[in-house]
Order: sequence, then structure tokens, then C-alpha cells
Amino acid sequence: MTGPLTEVRPAEVEVPAGGEDVRPDRPWLVIVWNDPINLMSYVTYVFQKLFGYSRDKATKLMLDVHHKGRAVVTSGPRERAEHDVFRLHEHGLWATMEQSG
Amino acid sequence: MIGHRRFARDRHGRIRPGLEDPERDLLRALPHQALELVDHEEPIARRLFPVAYPGDAAAQSDYHDLMGSQLLEHHRQALETLAATVDAVTVSEDDLQVWLGALEVLRLVLGVQLDVSEDMAEVAPDDPRVDQFTVYQYLSMLQDEVVGTLARSLPAGGTDDDEPS
Repeated sequence: MTGPLTEVRPAEVEVPAGGEDVRPDRPWLVIVWNDPINLMSYVTYVFQKLFGYSRDKATKLMLDVHHKGRAVVTSGPRERAEHDVFRLHEHGLWATMEQSG
Repeated sequence: MIGHRRFARDRHGRIRPGLEDPERDLLRALPHQALELVDHEEPIARRLFPVAYPGDAAAQSDYHDLMGSQLLEHHRQALETLAATVDAVTVSEDDLQVWLGALEVLRLVLGVQLDVSEDMAEVAPDDPRVDQFTVYQYLSMLQDEVVGTLARSLPAGGTDDDEPS
């Protein structure tokens, strides 16, 4: 559990049952998962096209996906992350999103 | 064939697919077959419409309600455009982007049917899937060529902002 709790007595604090950090502004992570069907050249191209990454960075991310099984490709506010996931799905990539932290 | 490169740009900025008749016959027929399968085969539908929120059933339900039909329409239009424009002598850059998407959908459909794995090199000649696999490999090659042409239009450089990993 993190976060400053100044001038509040412990008895006055409502702690969520799971003890999670409930700050609403934690960024959302967009994750691409490895799929043997996706061509490496195609995945690299999609990362460049959708996120404006250099070829080097897109290639590195693609290789992370390929070798590690998944990689975080971008992050941001929930709505933007959802839109990025949708664009990745439009391009046939297997993408999911989860809140960081 | 000597000196025949597919998806070459002409001097007007358009692209010549340069496909042979059997290729065009295939690309004209596959989209309709694929759409049938998308509508009726659960594993194929699942791969074409991946879960966005694996940890949150309520958020996933909302996302699917909101975006599911839009995604289906996107795939459907890409496939129909490919089938309808496959005989064009030249296509625009935008058309080729649509072709790229259509090829990906076709590869996903076939890939799911074939249960493609990472190190799957060949399928035995007497395997009933051999024709499907040949088409799958052909589509892979074609997609790679399309990427090669489209990649030349990407802005040079791009960003290298650090992302969490």
C-alpha cells in the first residue's frame, strides 16, 4: 500500500478490502501477445504505423513479443489505451490492456 | 520470371500488384470463404475478436458491445475490398493498406484452422491440410511483399520514447 496519508487518523481511513492502490490515474498498459501466425515483418510495421516508433524500436518490441511471449507496447489513460487496443485488433494483433501498478 | 517484382510503385505513386491469374482467382474467392468461417467457427471468431480486458469481465462486456460490430465491419470491408479490387492494374497506397488488413484476416483464419505453431515448417504431402498450408504460405509471402512496399512510406526516424517493459 502506498500513498501519503497526511493529517488523517488511521481510524478515519476506509481501506479497500484488497488493500489495492485506488488512485484513478494509474496509466493503462497496452500489451501485445505472441502469436505464431503474425509475421515478424508485419508486426514491426504495425508498431511503426500505429505508434510512430522508429524501425529499431518497433523491431525491438516485436522481438520482445516474440521471445518473451508478450510486451508492453504503449501506455496511457484508459480511453487512449482502449483505442490503441482496438487499432491493434483491427490489424489482427492479439492485444490486451491492464492497469499498471 | 525475370525482373518482375510485385507491388512496385509506378511513377504516379500508385502500386502495381503484378499478380498472375491464379493468384487473382485465389484472392477473389478467399474473402467470401473467410467471412463464412468468421460467422460460424468459434475459434476463428475468438482470434479475430480478441479479449481486450482479460481481468475485467464487466469492462470486456462493455468493450465488446461498443466495439465488436465495428471490428467485424472493419474486417468485412477489408475482405470485400480485396475481392473487388484484385483485378486492378494499379492500386492506391490506401487500397494497399486495406489489402494488407485483408491478407492478415485471411492468414488468421487459415492459421487458426491449421493450428499453426512457431516452428511449423512443412506439412507432409499426404496430409489433408497440405493445400490449406500452401495457401497460408503464399499469403504470408504476399503480406511480406506488401509490407516491404508500404514500409517505404513510413516517416523516417520515428520516436524512440521509452516505454515501460
